[in-house]
Amino acid sequence: MAAQVLTGNRLSDGATVYLTVAGEWTRKIGRAVVAENEAAAAALAESGERAVCERRVVAPYLIEVERVAGDLRPSRYRERLRADGGPSIRFGAAAWSA
Amino acid sequence: MYRYTDQDRQLVRERVEQFRDQVRRRLSGALSEEEFKPLRLMNGLYLQLHAYMLRVAIPYGTLSSLQLRKLAHIARRYDKGYGHFTTRQNLQFNWPTLEDTPDILAELAEVDMHAIQTSGNCIRNVTADHFAGAAAGEIEDPRIWCEIIRQWSTLHPEFSFLPRKFKIAVSATEQDRAALRVHDIGVKLRRDDTGAIGFEVMVGGGQGRTPVLAKTIRPFLPAERLLSYLEAILRVYNLLGRRDNLYKSRIKILVDSVGPEEFTRMVEEEWRQIPHDRVDLPAEEVERIRAHFAPPRFEHLSERDPGFELYRRCDHGFARWVRANVAWHKQCGYAIASLSLKPHGGIPGDATAEQMDAVADLADRYSFGEIRVTHEQNLALVHVRRRDLYELWKALVALELATPNIGLATDIIACPGLDYCSLANARSIPVAQRISTALQNIDRLGQIGELKIKISGCINACGHHHVGHIGILGVDKKGEEFYQITLGGSADEQAALGEIIGPAFSSERVVWAVETIIDTYLKLRVPEERFLDTYRRLGLNPFKETLYAAH
Repeated sequence: MAAQVLTGNRLSDGATVYLTVAGEWTRKIGRAVVAENEAAAAALAESGERAVCERRVVAPYLIEVERVAGDLRPSRYRERLRADGGPSIRFGAAAWSA
Repeated sequence: MYRYTDQDRQLVRERVEQFRDQVRRRLSGALSEEEFKPLRLMNGLYLQLHAYMLRVAIPYGTLSSLQLRKLAHIARRYDKGYGHFTTRQNLQFNWPTLEDTPDILAELAEVDMHAIQTSGNCIRNVTADHFAGAAAGEIEDPRIWCEIIRQWSTLHPEFSFLPRKFKIAVSATEQDRAALRVHDIGVKLRRDDTGAIGFEVMVGGGQGRTPVLAKTIRPFLPAERLLSYLEAILRVYNLLGRRDNLYKSRIKILVDSVGPEEFTRMVEEEWRQIPHDRVDLPAEEVERIRAHFAPPRFEHLSERDPGFELYRRCDHGFARWVRANVAWHKQCGYAIASLSLKPHGGIPGDATAEQMDAVADLADRYSFGEIRVTHEQNLALVHVRRRDLYELWKALVALELATPNIGLATDIIACPGLDYCSLANARSIPVAQRISTALQNIDRLGQIGELKIKISGCINACGHHHVGHIGILGVDKKGEEFYQITLGGSADEQAALGEIIGPAFSSERVVWAVETIIDTYLKLRVPEERFLDTYRRLGLNPFKETLYAAH
């Protein structure tokens, strides 16, 4: 099984977050707890359901990751964009003064 | 434009307070996400890739300067200083927090705005010709009827849980600027032989996974019978539209499955059973709404303004802008000015708070305080004296809103795509940016002429790729972005769906592909022939050959 981490969006502002070993939710994917087998992945998914009940995140799900240069990198482009925390482009005033 | 009555205001304010309480209960845990999600969606609040997104309704694309200033204020105070104008003439804020949203809605209510029915399986914001009230050859201002539809469809109890979302567009000229044929219902104002006003009614158009052009089911419906007829269509759809399969739930699938003739028969039969007097508005109510759209107090001006003519002769940049961005007005001495939200290399449809404030000021100074949002993601000031065009242009240049490219190859429609949207498979904005950068030479743009490039980041087709002269659809191939190209689509009065040219191109190759298509067109066209006409004359093959020959 490919390595997986649990991600979701924070209830308060919708920001992309990942579950850490300590059971906290972080913006940094590098700090996410990694499931290497199916049992661990199932446990992560369960933690996600609990976090929904505790009103911390919305719509949690597992994503595949690879270890690249000591960091975690999502396999899919969509998730790489989410991990970066925002659009791939300059936006707002920065886009216009470009 | 329409001004809220006390009753309208009360309705919107009560809705804000209701949502404030729902958010409070969600944050306290009294409401689960499952319970809350449909409630937030009913108030236009989506969850996207990086944040919530609030979609604000701009009824038929008309804004007052006061409303635009409020949007600027919200962008600044609650968001990241900008907003995104959409292909449905709405505005989206990309970064609101859940907690702030009730306050944002309360601010919108202060200027007679809301986000009701900008999501969900209901009748969405009614769209219109963005040149309404100004376009030459108009039967009458289509927004009168948009407003009538808006009031009828707002919180309509029977049509709040349709099989799927439902979009209606209204136009009043022969030239279709409202993409009528790709709406669930498109209605076009026309006159019959006696001179009476009525509608051609088109049903069952749409894009998405299964693109279909709407069929005319009634060539002439007396205008005063519009609501009862719409009610009949919606009833047939509500009853027979599929609820078991999301992909087959739009009215286009129903019309297609029973056939347009049978569908028409069912609608006409339903219509006969509806007591018209109960649904159609009394004449005095139509007149009350019509009065809101009375033309502004135009001055009596001559068609030719010496100052305007002089500037046009002497200032090449101004002349170019006039040629591309200024359209004829029905009133002598006036013009329609389009403000391009497509700066070369920029993000289609985005505007900063500062630009919104400045456009509101320009609208007050030059266009009776009114702004239009176009479905092609630009803005327009539609009642500008010709003599003011030069001053307006200079102000727009300073705001970076004067790119002379309306209807040209860099006036690209692009959905938010994978940069923002949780449904997207691929990015749209960077592709639009790279294409517009590659094609930014103004002289070359003029040589290419009318060319509509439309980009969607997924099959839902918010970027209207099916009706782009060149349509680009982002697809996900094993986690990477690819782009499928269609040619020959059109959203105007000669609506057509594009045809897929061949295998998709990688992100690196897609700009090359578009440039190659344009080069092929330039080689093959006869003098003065538009891209679309060359395509219609020659078909896909010559383009296919040049695109895929090298492989």
